[in-house]
Amino acid sequence: MSRDTALVSADWAEKSLGAPGVVFVEVDEDTSAYDAGHLPGAVKLDWKKDLQDPVRRDFVNKSQLEALLSAKGISNDDTVVLYGGNNNWFAAYAYWYLRLYGHRDVRLLDGGRKKWELDNRPLTTDPVSRPRTSYVAREQDHSIRAFRDEVLAAIGAKNLVDVRSPDEYAGRLLAPAHLPQEQAQRGGHIPTALNVPWSKAANEDGTFRSDDELRALYTGAGLDGSRSTIAYCRIGERSSHTWFVLHELLGHDDVKNYDGSWTEYGSLVGVPVAVGDEPGEAT
Amino acid sequence: MSTSVGAGAAAAAAAGCGAPDQAVALPAGVDLTKETVIAGVVTAAESGEPVSGAYVRLLDRDGEFTAEVVTSPAGQFRFFAAPGSWTVRVLSRAGAGTASVTADRGVTEVAVSVAAD
Repeated sequence: MSRDTALVSADWAEKSLGAPGVVFVEVDEDTSAYDAGHLPGAVKLDWKKDLQDPVRRDFVNKSQLEALLSAKGISNDDTVVLYGGNNNWFAAYAYWYLRLYGHRDVRLLDGGRKKWELDNRPLTTDPVSRPRTSYVAREQDHSIRAFRDEVLAAIGAKNLVDVRSPDEYAGRLLAPAHLPQEQAQRGGHIPTALNVPWSKAANEDGTFRSDDELRALYTGAGLDGSRSTIAYCRIGERSSHTWFVLHELLGHDDVKNYDGSWTEYGSLVGVPVAVGDEPGEAT
Repeated sequence: MSTSVGAGAAAAAAAGCGAPDQAVALPAGVDLTKETVIAGVVTAAESGEPVSGAYVRLLDRDGEFTAEVVTSPAGQFRFFAAPGSWTVRVLSRAGAGTASVTADRGVTEVAVSVAAD
């Protein structure tokens, strides 16, 4: 994987609007953004309603995903270009999710909705309908998804990267500051986790920093490139952004996203938790 | 751009750094004895008009990104933060702007005006 196969520029995207075999997909936390104006021809995915099981805390299963993508008019052979608000957090999450289910050609629009809007590029409220397809997903590829026991075993053994803001890492905030803070779980981070906020990987307009800048960022933070890495945040969306950087842009071999993230780990009984600005020790 | 000017523009023009009087409605169930809310309105420096669809970032005392929201049709934004010093940084089609704010529990209002470079 590399920048050339994983990322597209806004210029490329604007020229490719309506091109056969290219499907633009907007993924948001709040889908009213799509409804108020989207890239011409883009379909929408709701990261929660479409991608999460409505009862259990887990993803929709293979056949549910097949039904969803078929209804959206997405084929196995299509190039899927994802974009969204929140600096592409949920678009990156959907990127990781579609890779998890084996979609071959997925791209992220560099800068997402924000750069597109700031550039004054075209948005429309025209309804979009694409002919139904018969999408066939693969079984989940767990080489890119981490579960809690694996995360516990990784303390002191693998790189753990906490990509939340420094205040969330330290336990001073429990959620990003656009959300209410009242939550049940404990504050802090997984002992030994490095804090490399996702935002350090992006420019102010939401585009990714250069490969050289990204390499310097993680090396400087003490990430040992020879070890396996698990990234986490609060619910796995910002860590998808960092997973994308490490695995897709920089080509690190073994990088997993822990989608349970702090909302799971910080509510587990008996697990070690570190508070404050230091990573803490493996015990 | 929104044309529903009125109070926000007048307040910004009259007071400069004064708090905007268009408070953002809080969601039900928010406990202001526990939450530290930073809220305000983004206006264009030249016209005084509120700027909708602006990208507003909350940066912590070290300038580190904490959150980002998009302003409402009336140019409003809101964050749930913690007591302390913060910076509000705005990018929009009407230009960029920055404001500093010291917040405590309850609602702290901050006005940000944006201008092209």
